[in-house]
Amino acid sequence: MGMYSDKVMEHFKNPHNVGEIKDADGIGEVGNPVCGDIMKIYIKVKDNKIIDCKFKTFGCGAAIATSSMITEMVKGKDIDEALKISNKAVAEALGGLPPIKMHCSNLAADGLSKAIEDYKKESKVKK
Amino acid sequence: MKRIYMDNAATTPTDVEVVKAMEPYFSLKYGNPNSIHSFGQEAREAVEEAREKIAHLIGANSSEIVFTAGGTEADNHAIKGIAWANQKKGNHIITSKIEHHAVLHSCQFLEKHGFKITYLPVDKYGLIDPKDVEKAITDKTILVTIMHANNEIGTIEPIKEISKIAKKVGIYFHTDSVQTVGHIPMDVNDLGVDMLSMSGHKLYGPNGVGALYLRKGKKIVTLIDGGAQEKNRRAGTENVAGIVGMGKAAELAKKRLNQGKEKEIVRLRNKLIQGIMNKIENVRLNGHPTKRLPGNANFCFEFIEGESMLLSLDMEDVAASSGSACTSGSLTASHVLLAIGLPPEIAHGSLRLTLGKDNTEEEVDYIIGNLPGIIEKLRALSPFKENWEGLN
Ligand code: FES
Repeated sequence: MGMYSDKVMEHFKNPHNVGEIKDADGIGEVGNPVCGDIMKIYIKVKDNKIIDCKFKTFGCGAAIATSSMITEMVKGKDIDEALKISNKAVAEALGGLPPIKMHCSNLAADGLSKAIEDYKKESKVKK
Repeated sequence: MKRIYMDNAATTPTDVEVVKAMEPYFSLKYGNPNSIHSFGQEAREAVEEAREKIAHLIGANSSEIVFTAGGTEADNHAIKGIAWANQKKGNHIITSKIEHHAVLHSCQFLEKHGFKITYLPVDKYGLIDPKDVEKAITDKTILVTIMHANNEIGTIEPIKEISKIAKKVGIYFHTDSVQTVGHIPMDVNDLGVDMLSMSGHKLYGPNGVGALYLRKGKKIVTLIDGGAQEKNRRAGTENVAGIVGMGKAAELAKKRLNQGKEKEIVRLRNKLIQGIMNKIENVRLNGHPTKRLPGNANFCFEFIEGESMLLSLDMEDVAASSGSACTSGSLTASHVLLAIGLPPEIAHGSLRLTLGKDNTEEEVDYIIGNLPGIIEKLRALSPFKENWEGLN
């Protein structure tokens, strides 16, 4: 369609890490207040490192591509590092987003930090 | 396979015959129709001939046709023009919640200038109840403006009934006919309208030209001030080539309607609707099942969002549109889909396919064959698939 970068379209066409993790250590569900979209991010953590990450998204092309991108970016990162990934960094990794679509990348960043929060709560309970 | 264009409600391809008719009016017959010399007079003749053709298409008299720069200007002209001309009589206007933005935003503009607007609701098919119009009329009402057919869901409104009500109490009646002119047979006297907006590029004519039908004897204030063109109803040197193009488009449309060609579009459209409804689950048809524009098919697919559908279809060479919030630019779902009572998350999954005279059975089959796969792929990404409460 020409409104998105090639990288965005690549991730849109073949999104990585789609799905759920049945025994996830953390789940983050966020809704996009701007246009009413929803994203769910699942993480699996081992030794403070994110070893797996999956997503499900109800939203536009940009929302799907940023979900796909962030799940790639966090794999293998330890959780504090992962928390630092900003929506801007995701957008940059995708070769930029149209200005009107920047808010969609918040979904991914917020979804991830919620998932990590959820993991931290869970692991505290276990201790 | 060629790209498939199913967005004819957005714009139509300009007919090659139309382009051919326009061509001389750029570099050969470039006179200003207001000039006395032969260059001017040949342009004048062409403009008047086009006016005749457009009048003929809608059963009007050619003196009742005012050329504008498009459908949006015609709507602005009719609504603001009547409002300013009748301020002393009253300040109340009746319209509907599902009008095109050219009408809605003209009304909102007038609201800021002291006018009162009633935005009538519609039923689940998008139909306006004429009784609601009657009830909304006050002694301050000066204008009723209701669209002939809705551009998104295709529903054709009961214009005749509504115009009768307006006429009974002597209120002006305007209809935005941009989606219907040239697509269904019509006659302004049968419809009973005082004003009617048309657009060139929605009937296989060029962009940048439209017209307002203004019933003889009805006075409105002009929007564009300047010279005496269009009998003082719209200033500015005429867009001669554009007008000639729209005239030719009207002539061709009349010919097609006389041959009943729109019925073939209805047949293909019904095949498309049937095919999609049969092959895909959790889908609903928006708009009225029968009172709808020949080429319009509009669906909501649960669990998924419209823009991702448009991107996927575009990758398969199909051009369509959606009323999803993500595609709207304003990031709220289409006001039309919300007005027919759809929850925002359902409106999000809307897809509009609008057929035109050039679409083929093969193209319809291609879409019926390819859409299910696209929907399935997108639904696999959706967090809603398992625990969606759904409609109904
Ligand atoms: S998710 Fe709605 S615009 Fe991106």
